[in-house]
Amino acid sequence: MLTKSTHDIAASFSRRGVLAATAGLMLGLASLTGAKAADDTIKVGVLHSLSGTMAISETTLKDTILFLIDEQNKKGGVLGKKLEAVVVDPASNWPLFAEKARELITKDKVAVVFGCWTSVSRKSVLPVFKELNNILFYPVQYEGEESERNVFYTGAAPNQQAIPAVDYLMKEEKVKRWVLAGTDYVYPRTTNKILEAYLKSKGVAQEDIMINYTPFGHSDWQTIVADIKKFGSAGKKTAVVSTINGDANVPFYKELGNQGIKAKDIPVVAFSVGEEELAGIDTKPLVGHLAAWNYFESIKTPANEKFIKEWQAYTKNPKRTTNDPMEAHVIGFNMWVKAVEKVKSIDPDKVIDALPGIEAPNLTGGVSKMLPNHHITKPVFIGEIKGNGQFDVVWKTPSLVPGDAWSKELDGSKDLIGDWVEKKCGNFNVKTNKCLGSGS
Amino acid sequence: MPTNLSARLCTLALSLFLIAFALPAFAGPFEDAVAKFANDEFSDTEEAIGVVASSGSPLAFPIISALQDGRLMADPDTKKVYVTGTDGKSIDAATGQPVASVPDSASAVRLNNRLRRSVDAALGSLTLQSPDLATRLQAAQSVFKSHEETALEPVESALAKETNKSVKTALGEARAAILLYMSDATEVQKLEAVATIKARGDQDALALLTGIGTDQPASVTKAAASAIGSIQNTLAVWSTVQNAWYGLSLGSVLLLAAIGLAITFGVMGVINMAHGEMVMIGAYTTFVVQEVIRTRYPGLFDYSLLIAVPLAFLVAGAVGVLIERSIIRFLYGRPLETLLATWGLSLVLQQAVRTVFGPTNREVGNPSWMSGAFELGQITITYNRLWILVFTLAVFAILLAMLRYTALGLEMRAVTQNRRMAASMGIATSRVDALTFGLGSGIAGIAGVALSQIDNVSPNLGQSYIIDSFMVVVFGGVGNLWGTLVGAFTLGIANKFLEPVAGAVLGKIAILVLIILFIQKRPRGLFALKGRAVEA
Repeated sequence: MLTKSTHDIAASFSRRGVLAATAGLMLGLASLTGAKAADDTIKVGVLHSLSGTMAISETTLKDTILFLIDEQNKKGGVLGKKLEAVVVDPASNWPLFAEKARELITKDKVAVVFGCWTSVSRKSVLPVFKELNNILFYPVQYEGEESERNVFYTGAAPNQQAIPAVDYLMKEEKVKRWVLAGTDYVYPRTTNKILEAYLKSKGVAQEDIMINYTPFGHSDWQTIVADIKKFGSAGKKTAVVSTINGDANVPFYKELGNQGIKAKDIPVVAFSVGEEELAGIDTKPLVGHLAAWNYFESIKTPANEKFIKEWQAYTKNPKRTTNDPMEAHVIGFNMWVKAVEKVKSIDPDKVIDALPGIEAPNLTGGVSKMLPNHHITKPVFIGEIKGNGQFDVVWKTPSLVPGDAWSKELDGSKDLIGDWVEKKCGNFNVKTNKCLGSGS
Repeated sequence: MPTNLSARLCTLALSLFLIAFALPAFAGPFEDAVAKFANDEFSDTEEAIGVVASSGSPLAFPIISALQDGRLMADPDTKKVYVTGTDGKSIDAATGQPVASVPDSASAVRLNNRLRRSVDAALGSLTLQSPDLATRLQAAQSVFKSHEETALEPVESALAKETNKSVKTALGEARAAILLYMSDATEVQKLEAVATIKARGDQDALALLTGIGTDQPASVTKAAASAIGSIQNTLAVWSTVQNAWYGLSLGSVLLLAAIGLAITFGVMGVINMAHGEMVMIGAYTTFVVQEVIRTRYPGLFDYSLLIAVPLAFLVAGAVGVLIERSIIRFLYGRPLETLLATWGLSLVLQQAVRTVFGPTNREVGNPSWMSGAFELGQITITYNRLWILVFTLAVFAILLAMLRYTALGLEMRAVTQNRRMAASMGIATSRVDALTFGLGSGIAGIAGVALSQIDNVSPNLGQSYIIDSFMVVVFGGVGNLWGTLVGAFTLGIANKFLEPVAGAVLGKIAILVLIILFIQKRPRGLFALKGRAVEA
């Protein structure tokens, strides 16, 4: 159905002006009939890259939503209607994300969209969701400093991943010297800014912090790994906090392993390395390096074991891994279903107002809650890489951590809060008691 | 004997009684400590390691080494701890008695990094007098790293008995490290220690000297400061050598990726945007070869790359010939169309691989001879980078010889230099075109085999190399293999000397700017081909 309508558009472009108008009319009619068809199903948009650089991470999330919709339909759907997925491929192309989002909302009339991975893709679709007033569930850990009325952030904010991880290293490993290594784009830069401010507030001197950025897909890590080794030989316990993204991780870890940097000498804690990324490497030389997430596949809870079993059955692959952003989608999807059932409507305004306060169980045994700032409460786990590519949880927060939309560590944002329930504002300044208004 | 038996019956009864209270209070502190392994708490495990290691019990070594290898099994219900041997036989860790089987409820005792360090330190002092030379050396090194006071006595007794020279030096350094950090060592001992550590002169020594703190006698602080200065000076010299080596290594990767392009673009003049995908096809061929070997002939794993090289050449070469015959031959002399067509083709190939193999990375393992590193002076040379350098030079030499001494090479050069003249001499130019393109693609495939060892094997593999490859070929001079060689190594070394100063991102930008300026001055690159060679 989707390919057919895309074909229609393409065809309409190829015709001459007069004919194009007619074609446009026909398209309009088609979308009218489409709206009629939507009476017996509720459409759910899936906006994840299935080709291009980000396909490596996002394809799994598309499958996750299809799986969740399948499960929900087995239970009878939502409001007595079946759910229907509308999958589009924004092809890792940021402007295309906005185009595809517009297509999903105006043409396919979806009730909600689950999608995006990189921050730049989220920023690219934001104006579309605001203008057309729809809902986006964003499942990936990100740099924070944002709270939008139309977006629900089910991934971790920096205070739900980066800060607890640094706390763990300080307390458990007695780390005194820090390498903040990241890929050169907005998430690592903001996260490192927050971490730098946090470390300094804990009394770490400037000369004990080394910040290093590398381009996307960096593959020659010899110099940087040697630098880390050198930085680590100043007589103080050193650790690397890695916000290195995507493909660059495999050569980085291979170089660490080959140059003999062991986790017990210089541990690396990563925020973007999960079960999927480790699938491409032999993890035996990496045992003991760490990752901070809100979910690990290896966590033994009945809910998680059931989820993994059903997921592997659905994908017909007994080795298919699960990861943190997948769990975020599970929580987000269940929250959306609950909110829709609460207000008995898929009207975005009603659902947006109903979502804060909705609770949904997470897969690790707790119950996550949607907060007024559109972030959720999550547990934080520190996992150690094991020889089989899985993680062994060595530490977790005693309770669920509420996500901060605005970091308390940065001067520019420490007085800001997001509150869409009472203040109806994403960036409310508690000092001046003023809403800064849109434009984030 | 009867007393022993009755004692054991007694213990049995006692333990049965105690299980009800889950209080594993056995005879001595050693047994108590062993039972702590079963608590699954890192702090208890740490305490247990300390007690067991210093107990002097003959079981200490088997327990700690089993802990390190994940062979120490603990049953959380009965608080019993077992050591499973490498031969599959198990003993009760508290008593040393053999047991028939470890219960299913038992699981391996978990470690974290802090505990791994304690285990290393404990094993270090336990294995200082091991009959195996390598174990002794490793033990001395781990004592050097942990430099705990308790290890001084074992180190000194081992030092007295040691005959091997290198182990003796290592033990001496370990002893010095302990003394340097010991509060009740004399000033003379500490000064000697500083001298010994200074002689070692590597980064670990530097770390040790920098971390001594301020509560030392003034003379020691002064000696340490001067030792730090001299070590830093030596290391600075070595770091230049290291940068040069890294540059050579990066250059070899660039050369390997670009060498196929030097033929298709440099010799034939085809702007082949799908060149990177030929590299990717080579890498996936390696993956398939390794998969087959893993499932059918695991013994051959170390030879997997040797098998993959000719296969990758054939597969990528065949794809190359197919592309040339079906697309490129219709587009000769139309560089813009070629660019667009091959770029589209690269997307098609990527998506095809994504559909067949999935979007996630595939694991290509390193054979044992390509893992790890060795120390040369104060720099670390990793085997995979070294082999890639050797391999690249070999490929380059073979290619050069082929162009120079074979009939096909002669025909290729003839067609490149003057197509019409070559045709009128009876050379089937279109056949030569197809073979040349196939050769370039095949070599890109071989590059894929090598690159699979250091990079991701994912559908995006090719994209990350295409720009660098064009840069090398254009910089080196189109149509000249030697230019490509010099170009690749120049760019590699320049990049690696810029990187520590400017950072990886700025370094890369600086290189691009330099190349743009260079091309303004010499549009045909380092080694321009003279004469009528470049027709288009």
